[in-house]
Amino acid sequence: MAVVDEFLLEAEEPRFSEDQRAELWLGALVCGVVIALLAMVVFIVAQGWPSFAHNGLSWFGSGGKVDDQLTRIAQSGGSGKAVYTFRAWPLIWSTFLTTAGAVVISFIASLFVAVFMVEFAPAPLQRLLEPVIRLLASVPSVVYGLIGVLVVVPFIFHHLISNQMQASVQPVISLSGESLLAAVVILTFMISPIMISIFAEGLRAVPRGWLEGSIALGVNRWRSFWNVAVLTARPALISGTVLATARALGEAVMLSMVGGTVGFAPNPADGLLLFVEPTRGLSATILQNNDEFGSGPMKHTLFAIAAVLLFSSLMLSLTGWAAKQPMKRYFNVGGAAA
Amino acid sequence: MDMTQPKPVRRLDADTKLVPLPRHIRIPDSLPQDEPRSNRQPASFVSSARDERPLVPTIDRMRIEQVSIDYGSKRAVREVSLPVRQGEVLGLIGPSGCGKTTLLRSLNRLTELTRSAHLSGRITLDGTDISELEPTALRRRVTMLFQQPNPFPMSIFDNVAYVLREQAKRKPRRGALRPQVEEALAHAGLLDEVKDNLDHPALRLSGGQQQRLCIARALAARPEVLLLDEPCSALDPQSTTVIEDLIVKLREELAIVIVTHNLQQAYRIADHVAFMYLGELVEYAPARTLFANPKQDRTREYVSGAFG
Amino acid sequence: MSATGAPLPTSADGSPWRLSDRLGLAFAWLMGLLFCAVCAAIVIFLVVQGVRYLRPDMLWTNPKVGFNENETGGFLAEITGTVLVTATALVIAVPLGIGVAVWLTEYGRPTALARVVESTVEMFAGAPSIVLALFGVIVFQAPFLAFLSATTQGHAYGKSFFAAGAMLSLLALPIVVANVREGLRAIPDHVREVSYALGKTKITTIRRVLLPSARPSVITGTMIGAGHVIGDTAIIVLLLGGTYTAQAVGHIPLLNVLRGTDSTLTSFIYANAPTGELNQPQKAYAAAVVLLAMVFLLNVVVDISGRKARELKWT
Repeated sequence: MAVVDEFLLEAEEPRFSEDQRAELWLGALVCGVVIALLAMVVFIVAQGWPSFAHNGLSWFGSGGKVDDQLTRIAQSGGSGKAVYTFRAWPLIWSTFLTTAGAVVISFIASLFVAVFMVEFAPAPLQRLLEPVIRLLASVPSVVYGLIGVLVVVPFIFHHLISNQMQASVQPVISLSGESLLAAVVILTFMISPIMISIFAEGLRAVPRGWLEGSIALGVNRWRSFWNVAVLTARPALISGTVLATARALGEAVMLSMVGGTVGFAPNPADGLLLFVEPTRGLSATILQNNDEFGSGPMKHTLFAIAAVLLFSSLMLSLTGWAAKQPMKRYFNVGGAAA
Repeated sequence: MDMTQPKPVRRLDADTKLVPLPRHIRIPDSLPQDEPRSNRQPASFVSSARDERPLVPTIDRMRIEQVSIDYGSKRAVREVSLPVRQGEVLGLIGPSGCGKTTLLRSLNRLTELTRSAHLSGRITLDGTDISELEPTALRRRVTMLFQQPNPFPMSIFDNVAYVLREQAKRKPRRGALRPQVEEALAHAGLLDEVKDNLDHPALRLSGGQQQRLCIARALAARPEVLLLDEPCSALDPQSTTVIEDLIVKLREELAIVIVTHNLQQAYRIADHVAFMYLGELVEYAPARTLFANPKQDRTREYVSGAFG
Repeated sequence: MSATGAPLPTSADGSPWRLSDRLGLAFAWLMGLLFCAVCAAIVIFLVVQGVRYLRPDMLWTNPKVGFNENETGGFLAEITGTVLVTATALVIAVPLGIGVAVWLTEYGRPTALARVVESTVEMFAGAPSIVLALFGVIVFQAPFLAFLSATTQGHAYGKSFFAAGAMLSLLALPIVVANVREGLRAIPDHVREVSYALGKTKITTIRRVLLPSARPSVITGTMIGAGHVIGDTAIIVLLLGGTYTAQAVGHIPLLNVLRGTDSTLTSFIYANAPTGELNQPQKAYAAAVVLLAMVFLLNVVVDISGRKARELKWT
């Protein structure tokens, strides 16, 4: 045997500089992006702080008309004495109504559509539904708003609002068809495609074996699918709902076109009239007041609203993550990711 | 494109520095050679001891009469007739693609889930044609176990109680279900191992335990016929033994049909064996006869391992 | 039988398909058909209105001021505005997104940093665009960023293609990151191992082997991100200045347009809707049809590239 076999070659110089440099550059890029994003959050909260500081917790309370308060705030920016008084409750309530209404209706509808699409639709309908959902998802919000304003709002005005109704709320607000109902209906169709595609992805990820096992035990297809697949896909249900709610919270353009420009919160005391009263939420408020801030109290107020929105969507993500944790115990197949 | 010279490949030459090997690494002079072929023992399991089992009274539960199954234009099963008896284990053996799994699945109408499947002939359960029964009702009387253990992603208790909850008209209380769940688990031989952990996730059990959980789940519904589709092929030998013993014990109260490609397993646990090839029933005989003295040449070739 | 003596439910119970099951299935059918119907209604309605109001010359005329609906020209500037702002946003978002995605999949050390990066990017996936817009307004008014937009009397105007593009890129970034990560993760490890075994460095492997293989995902991510960018209105309204034709600032050929203000199709529709300043719904319909056609085309491209990605199966 050759002598060479019994010896090892001397170890080579580790060639790291090129790779290490690349990793450092990429790492720096990533850090930069993260720092920029986090700085944005800090900036927004910091800019909104004066408004919170001046109002305290009653920032979230009610008292007075929001629009008047905003006008006063804007006007005070030029003069010496800054006015910060702001009671955001009507806006918060309005946002809550539209978002909750749309999310609840959309959840039920989307779940059934997803179940239908994945398991029970005949093949041609299945092939049709996928592009349909994708198309609905990609329609821009301003186009939804346009259709809302030109079709849904007049419909509500002409067919659902009677003179009697008008008279009953005359002193406070005028009913023009721009309403909570229109907002919720259109928002539902806007966020449903998001939910449907995430739900469907989660449902499809369920192993076939479980479904077959249930059917072989004598449980019918519908109940099998609900008991097994929908149960397993719960993390996907949560993800989809969280994402859709975040979209609904942040929707400004469509809502400002369809809900009305008055900072009015639908009043439950009015009974069913609630649905045809105009409504304007937090996001739409920022959008509609975008011309009026240069500096000063108006800027701080609007940033305070933005901070509330940002905080809400953050809380939403956290809640979704927390809700998924106990479910992980029972699966090692987790349904759709995230 | 980088046009510079590629780095030179390192080669051994007179100037290469060598580092001595550590002491304990020794390179042997020659490698072990293959054993000569003629010394190998031919496999033969027929002569090995097979436990004599107590005789159990048998009755016909299901009859398969001249059944043919087509998938589209492809004929998977050709005019097969077999009895399925309570008190005995019927083994279906044959090479891959011979139609044994298709035949098994037709017994509880799972073939209907495939759109292109068409069945002609008659399968009866206690005299009634199964195509006249409601499919879900049929499947509760004729239950199936699959190759891959597939317990649901729930707790052990919920898995076994699954069918019980589905059958009840009103949602039964957990306390009411407990005795039945424990009985089913005891029946499947799993109760001692999981007695204290009924709420643990079922997916955390080992493969053999999961398969026994599936058996418990199937037994909870009090089926009359148990269909097994290669239940041990995904399991280790120890779990296989446990499950085989369980099957032999269960045959007294259930009719059992097992599809297996493991000939030794068929020999161990089946009472009657049906050998299928390319969709046809080639031979049907008591297990010992079929393996020791097969009448058909094709059967002889298959059981002696000439093809598979 | 049962130890408690309670009667066991018989296994041949009546009809296992209960009424609630049938109702459920019927409802599922209803919902499925409803969504198809709504989609068809939206498309048909817009196409019909578009055919009524869209004249071909709208596509290549700039908006003009006038009283009569027919005199006020078309929306060429808005079309170019949409294209330009999307391009600007993608030019920023795609390289950044690929960089972040590559770092997350291939490197990702230390683990704590990786999780922070993942969470932050996901957090911004749900951020309302109005909030991003608001932030952009203030930031781009800062003196040190004045070169990115017009300056009047020493104050930075803050509204320009740069400003809008930068904020829009934040919309597209999480989408690009998610898609590229998926694409990189789908490449099996042995491909990387082969490359390393041949003596290639990690970064070369990424550049020459992995990213080209992940190209369909990059394209998909870019297109989907582009779809979101094209459809966004809030950032445009706040950050693009809202002038109806492109107003360039300065003299350098491309940069002067990017520093200037303009409208896009989305803000055009917003302004022309009954709730907007101009209130010319016919124009709004016409622009909406064009916008929808653009978005639809993008969808088709995503479909095709998605199909190509599936064909590239790694066994």
